[in-house]
Amino acid sequence: MTTAYRTVIGLETHVQLRTRSKMFCGCAADYANARPNTHVCPVCLGMPGVLPVINREAVDHTIRTGLALNCEIPEYAKFDRKNYAYPDLMKWYQISQYDLPLCVNGHFDVEVNGATTRVGITRVHLEEDTARLTHVTAADGAPASLIDVNRSGAPLMEIVSEPDIQTPAEAMAYGEKLRALLRWIGVSTANMEDGALRIDANISVWPEGEPVGDVKVEVKNMNSFRSLGRALAFEIERQTARRERGQPIEQETRGWDESAGVTRSQRTKEYAHDYRYFPEPDLPPLHVTRQRVDALRAALPRLPDQVAADLINQGAPEADVAELVQDRPLTDYTLAVIEAGASAGEAVTWIVHEFRRALNAQTNKSAAIPIPPAEVASLLALRAKGSVSSTMAGEVLDEMFATGKSASTIVEARGPQISGQDELLAIARQVIQENPQAVQDYRDGKGRAIQYLMGQVMRITRGKANPSAVSTLIRTQLDAME
Amino acid sequence: MADELYRLTLHAASQGLRDGSFTSVELTRSLLDRIESVDGRVGAYLTVTADMALEQAADADARRASGRDGPLLGLPIALKDVLSTAGVETTCASRILEGFVPPYDATAVTRLKAAGAVTLGKTNMDEFAMGSSNEHSAYKPVRNPWDLDKVPGGSSGGSAAAVAADECLAALGSDTGGSVRQPAALCGCVGLKPTYGRISRFGLIAFASSLDQIGVLTKDVTDAALLLGALAGHDPRDSTSAEEPIPDYAGELNRDIGGLRIGVAPEYFGKGLDARVGDSVHDAINTLQSVGATQRQISLPHTEYALPTYYVIAPSEASANLARYNGVKYGLSDPQATDVDEMMARIRGRGFGSEVKRRIMIGTFALSSGYYDAYYVRAQKVRTLIKSDFETAFRDVDVIAAPVVPAPAFDLGAKLDDPVAMYQSDIMTLPASLAGLPCLSIPCGFVDGLPVGLQLIAPPFAESRLLQAARAYERTRGPLPSPTKAIDTQ
Amino acid sequence: MSIDRSQVDHAAELARLELSDDERERLRGELGQILQAFEALNTLDTEHISPTAQVIPLGNVERDDVAAGSLPQDAVLDNAPRVEDGQIRVPPVLDES
Ligand SMILES: [Mg+2]
Ligand SMILES: [Zn+2]
Repeated sequence: MTTAYRTVIGLETHVQLRTRSKMFCGCAADYANARPNTHVCPVCLGMPGVLPVINREAVDHTIRTGLALNCEIPEYAKFDRKNYAYPDLMKWYQISQYDLPLCVNGHFDVEVNGATTRVGITRVHLEEDTARLTHVTAADGAPASLIDVNRSGAPLMEIVSEPDIQTPAEAMAYGEKLRALLRWIGVSTANMEDGALRIDANISVWPEGEPVGDVKVEVKNMNSFRSLGRALAFEIERQTARRERGQPIEQETRGWDESAGVTRSQRTKEYAHDYRYFPEPDLPPLHVTRQRVDALRAALPRLPDQVAADLINQGAPEADVAELVQDRPLTDYTLAVIEAGASAGEAVTWIVHEFRRALNAQTNKSAAIPIPPAEVASLLALRAKGSVSSTMAGEVLDEMFATGKSASTIVEARGPQISGQDELLAIARQVIQENPQAVQDYRDGKGRAIQYLMGQVMRITRGKANPSAVSTLIRTQLDAME
Repeated sequence: MADELYRLTLHAASQGLRDGSFTSVELTRSLLDRIESVDGRVGAYLTVTADMALEQAADADARRASGRDGPLLGLPIALKDVLSTAGVETTCASRILEGFVPPYDATAVTRLKAAGAVTLGKTNMDEFAMGSSNEHSAYKPVRNPWDLDKVPGGSSGGSAAAVAADECLAALGSDTGGSVRQPAALCGCVGLKPTYGRISRFGLIAFASSLDQIGVLTKDVTDAALLLGALAGHDPRDSTSAEEPIPDYAGELNRDIGGLRIGVAPEYFGKGLDARVGDSVHDAINTLQSVGATQRQISLPHTEYALPTYYVIAPSEASANLARYNGVKYGLSDPQATDVDEMMARIRGRGFGSEVKRRIMIGTFALSSGYYDAYYVRAQKVRTLIKSDFETAFRDVDVIAAPVVPAPAFDLGAKLDDPVAMYQSDIMTLPASLAGLPCLSIPCGFVDGLPVGLQLIAPPFAESRLLQAARAYERTRGPLPSPTKAIDTQ
Repeated sequence: MSIDRSQVDHAAELARLELSDDERERLRGELGQILQAFEALNTLDTEHISPTAQVIPLGNVERDDVAAGSLPQDAVLDNAPRVEDGQIRVPPVLDES
């Protein structure tokens, strides 16, 4: 008899906030490309006698995030000292929030394969980042650790989920959707590769039917969503195997080793952990007024879920919408295209697939999209009328990017779409004749042969052929040859 | 007179500079010479910045020559080594900060410099401001200028002794549980601890953040008002600094105190108080009555709990504040170390003195899981009771009068091995600290040839009232019949 | 209240203080004595009393998000006992947790 197990996963996500200055001092927060230790002042270096001052924008960003995650924003919040001794923590305490965080009791819906899971958000709180420590062999040949204090004191928001996640896929979906949300509301770049988004997971596997106990394993060091999924899958297997052998699961912190594909215990030294939180005496508490919360709520953009629901209602395919709302500028652009007259379904699908390809090919990625949305709407209208083929529409778009000309000007210059039967028939026969291998493939039942032959027709007509007409013609010709 | 410029008060010296009787450079030289001749015996200074002082003095003279003036322009002042000073070694009298040269000035120091004051150097103290006798300096003890075998009090013992021995015109100190008032009383100078939040703490090296406050040690009340005026005010770098308006402390100083209601609480006159100290304080209160004040009995029932409350809260905060000293970024180093964790623990073990270690241990213990509620939270609740005792009392009285210390200065070494007995010498200064109230110590007599003090306590931000009462007392009392200071006979 | 040696060791470890055996033994006695004195706090009824963490009636002290300057790199590193490559050097961190 085999026991069934269930998995309980909670995620702790650290997010570096996008602010001009650090959390408690005036050092510029954009240290990413700076030389080490050049964005450092007495405050973030933890010199004797310094005092912190709260960055208002960081508080606002945290409240914005809480609102976007359906949290309550309590009237009172405060900062506390979390004491722990590590060389990358300049004061040996981190200013964080303990019992009165800025945001509590929210939820976040994530979808996997069409099923929605509601993940509770326990809290969102604000704290400061640590310095960066790298382990090197020093110039004198000795092993050493080097400290770059630039990151110390950067504003860091921590989002703690309830243990409502059950599979690695759900965890990955949570992470991806959270990243999109954070970018959407403008509070963080949320780039995992720069460490602006860091996800730790608490995971435990329990026999089905047994109440979930409080032993959990914390897994760290995943630097992509893929690693997050792999690490969790590994843990599920490891913990299940231990349970099946009757071995206990130890409460511990494990690090994900990307190259080995395993998690490893990180407890190499038995230090006592007792954070000895107490209220930060250097910072008066925050009274978060309802006016402040209302103003922040009113200024929030419509959130991805709301926009997505609207687009789906208007007929856009769910999968394409889900892709689209990962990217707020592109979504805003799409909405403008729809506003200019395009149908939601066509605009979303075409922009996600065709337009994004063309946009990504642009060299100047940081610039705003140079084509007025109305032009894209008119291109889609030309396509709907049959004045341009889908293939040709892509080429027209490339030309719009390249030249800045309007869709109609380009289409006119290229001439109309070829749909005359005789002209197309001649070309189709020529193509069939010139490609005996493709013909053989078709006979062998390889569907892709048709695509290949169509592509040849399109090449000859420079995309001006009506695709469905061509497809029908080729098929009838090939079948006739048998 | 020129050879005894160092004996002047701030306001007298300011008048002399204004009259052109002497220059700031002459005044500063006089003090540097005085330090040179007596500090070997007193031990009030850890660092004397003679060159910098003379430069600042020349600068002040130049400013005055160009028509500028100001209450502190050209006046030499000493800074407790707990204040961060740009380019000047700042150690808090601890080995762990030996050689540490900060890149920034404390806001209080910036304000003094902006007012044209001359900074003479850094005064000795109990390590990290933890102590009541100044024997806990890692470098050398400070001696009481009245009797070199006695302690000067602490932790601002260097500042108090420097003022008493005329090694500066005035000094800055810091007061967490009495560290300005208690040494001021034992050394016979005026010590003022303003309301918590009145003077910016930015650059004041933290001992217990919710209690620490910069204070001033001066030769008379007028000087305390002058210094407070220069230091008080909001600082955007200190989120706990108040935005309350700043009165003209010096201008309002000589107001009539007729009708002033003085509260006297029996809790401050109970067991443990040397009766002769109590008599001096009562005499002082009578003196105030003679110029129109009235006396009322009040009750501050939680006074006896101030000691345990303080010795939970202050060490708890200190255990976090002193965590940063680990040999990584500054201070003591250990080039031989091969493991960073071992290095940090070893440096802390070597760099901190016994009193600091004791308090770090108390604080760590009080905050640790399982004890937090029983100690830390409980102490904070009792702090509320102590604070509300004062709030109740101040409905009926304007100031509270009490002794500062239960007895005059004790012998060096007498209490070193008994921390609890040492802590007892703070019992009269702790309650006002816990409540964040402004309070002041002023000499009110001698016991066994040693000075003792009257403590006055006022409601938050009523420093002006405090100074007026002290000034009225000082004026009415006249010069104290002064025994000779030991430092002046040697 | 008496304190045993393991409690002293635990606090010393949390505080990262290397103490000699003599120091540990002396602290054990002193801490016990001091904690004993704290027991006085438990004689008061504080059930309905709210704690005072700060005495000033302040709140919402925040600053605008404006970047001011930082220190020059050498001022950051001037006091560091060891420096390498513009960074603070310490012995290797052996504990990865
Ligand atoms: Mg955190
Ligand atoms: Zn900084």
